[in-house]
Amino acid sequence: MSRILAVLYKEFLQMKRDKLTIGLIFMLPLVQLLLFGYAIQTEVKHIPTVVFDQSLSPESREITRAFTASGYFDVVAATGNYQQVTQLIDRGTVKVGIIFPPDYAKQVRSGDTAAIQVLVDATDSMVSNSAIATANSIGLLKSQQVLAEKVGQFKAPYDIRVRPWYNPDGITAYYMVPAILGIIVTMTMVMMTSMGIVRERERGTLEQLMVTPIKSYELMIGKIIPYIALGYLQITVALLVGAIVFDVPIRGSLLELYLLTLFFITASLGIGVLISNIAKNQMQAMQMSFFILLPSILLSGFMFPREAMPVFIKALSNIIPLTFYLTIIRGIVLKGIGFAYLVPQVTALLVFTVILMGISIMRFKKKIA
Amino acid sequence: MIFTETLTKKFSSITAVAGVSLQVQQGDIFGLVGPDGAGKTTLIRMLCGLITPDSGSITMVDNAASGESSASFGYMPQKFSLYGDLTVMENINFFGAMYGLNGTIINQRADEILQITNLFRFKQRFADNLSGGMKQKLALTCALLARPRLLVLDEPTFGVDPESRKEFWKILYQLNQEGMTILVSTPYMDEAELCKRVGFMNNGRLVVVDSPKNMKSRYPYRILEIKCASRQPEIFQGLPEILESNFYGDKYRLVVQEAKIAEAAVVEFLQGRDIPLYRLKETKPTMEDVFVALAEKEVVEWSMSSQPVN
Repeated sequence: MSRILAVLYKEFLQMKRDKLTIGLIFMLPLVQLLLFGYAIQTEVKHIPTVVFDQSLSPESREITRAFTASGYFDVVAATGNYQQVTQLIDRGTVKVGIIFPPDYAKQVRSGDTAAIQVLVDATDSMVSNSAIATANSIGLLKSQQVLAEKVGQFKAPYDIRVRPWYNPDGITAYYMVPAILGIIVTMTMVMMTSMGIVRERERGTLEQLMVTPIKSYELMIGKIIPYIALGYLQITVALLVGAIVFDVPIRGSLLELYLLTLFFITASLGIGVLISNIAKNQMQAMQMSFFILLPSILLSGFMFPREAMPVFIKALSNIIPLTFYLTIIRGIVLKGIGFAYLVPQVTALLVFTVILMGISIMRFKKKIA
Repeated sequence: MIFTETLTKKFSSITAVAGVSLQVQQGDIFGLVGPDGAGKTTLIRMLCGLITPDSGSITMVDNAASGESSASFGYMPQKFSLYGDLTVMENINFFGAMYGLNGTIINQRADEILQITNLFRFKQRFADNLSGGMKQKLALTCALLARPRLLVLDEPTFGVDPESRKEFWKILYQLNQEGMTILVSTPYMDEAELCKRVGFMNNGRLVVVDSPKNMKSRYPYRILEIKCASRQPEIFQGLPEILESNFYGDKYRLVVQEAKIAEAAVVEFLQGRDIPLYRLKETKPTMEDVFVALAEKEVVEWSMSSQPVN
């Protein structure tokens, strides 16, 4: 026990003197939150748009107004020929071109179907999806209005009432901030822990430690606990920033969040310790950590919804601890659910922990070769 | 104190240590010498339990330690392996705690050892900011905290200035006089002379073990020292009477089979070239001469046929 405390104190001293690490510990959650919270918007608004209005009528202006009023389209240019529309799109100045034919107003007045052409630059699928969906719904809405005016008394045959639960305004930050906690914990537990342990080997201090009576588990516990503490510290910082800057509501129990996070921490530590067992130097440890980190970010459902993934990739995402933690943390923070609903995820994390730690313990011997 | 029997370790296809049977007696200062890659570090690491041998056995006996619970040996690895971002005292406290010592005992022993190692003034200095010699003395201090009966040092003075090396060896002698058994590997031949017994390793094998004095007396060749007007390093090379010639700036050291015949040959050779001869005398072999001879293949027979190693 006194040996574990001595290792803890040593780690504390080293961390305290490593200004860069201290900086990273606080900057990492801050920067990531601000970046992901502000910059990443899956819903694209204010798409630059050009209008080529050959009709120049009140009717065409009404539709243009409907487009701008939606907030999704910003008319940045009006032009008099088709060629310029394509030029502007090619150049990237605008992403959308709205074209009214010359006889547009006549068709509207006569009751015919009036065609409006909307050109969309679909190189960026995120932007084009947003533009296409909005253009379509504006078309539908406007058609309904016209129909209603014609028929007089008009009742829509169907009325689908959508209630977006948990995040009715679709605020991306609500969805992102809890997930970023998961990313931060992964980084600290996998990268910092593995590098911290490998550093002892690289500097030769492990060799000196091994001739002392310290037990492998004592050394491991002593080295791991400070990183667990760091992880919790980062989570706290991130939650505070999330609540203050992004007004993310924490609907579930904070205590439950902290407790269930421990399962994720141990699973991630398992990866970190395993890496430290394999890596020969800090560089290798870092590279291996990135090898873990990237799939975690891409496949866990952090950036892309798992529902959209092909079956194989979706199955693959099941061997990433973060996948399960995202369900847990989004569940607690946004849905306000508790452990009772999260048993499968917690079980999965527990299985990861047991397997990873098991392999590590079997591999780690008090030998250097 | 240490007995090994046919200790062997292979790393993939390379045999680092091949069947080494070694005995280090209580109270010895046992020097392990040999060229780079001879297997000294691997042998030492096996003795310390850091590497598992492929075959062979290691027995450590401590006759004097009856009921002493402290660690049986202290180890100082080749590479500086303390925490550079901790101070001298923090390192000492940490390693003391690793040996299960309490704070009072650590402080008391640290004061004692730091006096001997002359590091007392540097207690609060970061280990990274110590000089090479001081780093080694700090590592020694940490290795001594548990009051070991046996001290194992792997090239402790490598890359340390001569003054600090001398000081370091003074400390080792003092420790030895207090009853500590010391096993030390060194690349420096002048340090080999300071050992009570020396084991010479080459290609993973322990070739000879003897006292430096005996080793030198068993040296099969003669050494001539020459001072002459020539400064050409390789002037004597090629003379059939001379096995090896080395130039040391102002003098030549020649390894020869027969002193008288070689002397005559040298004199004749220099006269033939009109090079004035200032001095010619036979000198005693040094450990360096012994090891140069030992490291060369043709004399391996000599060592193998000599009295059994004990």
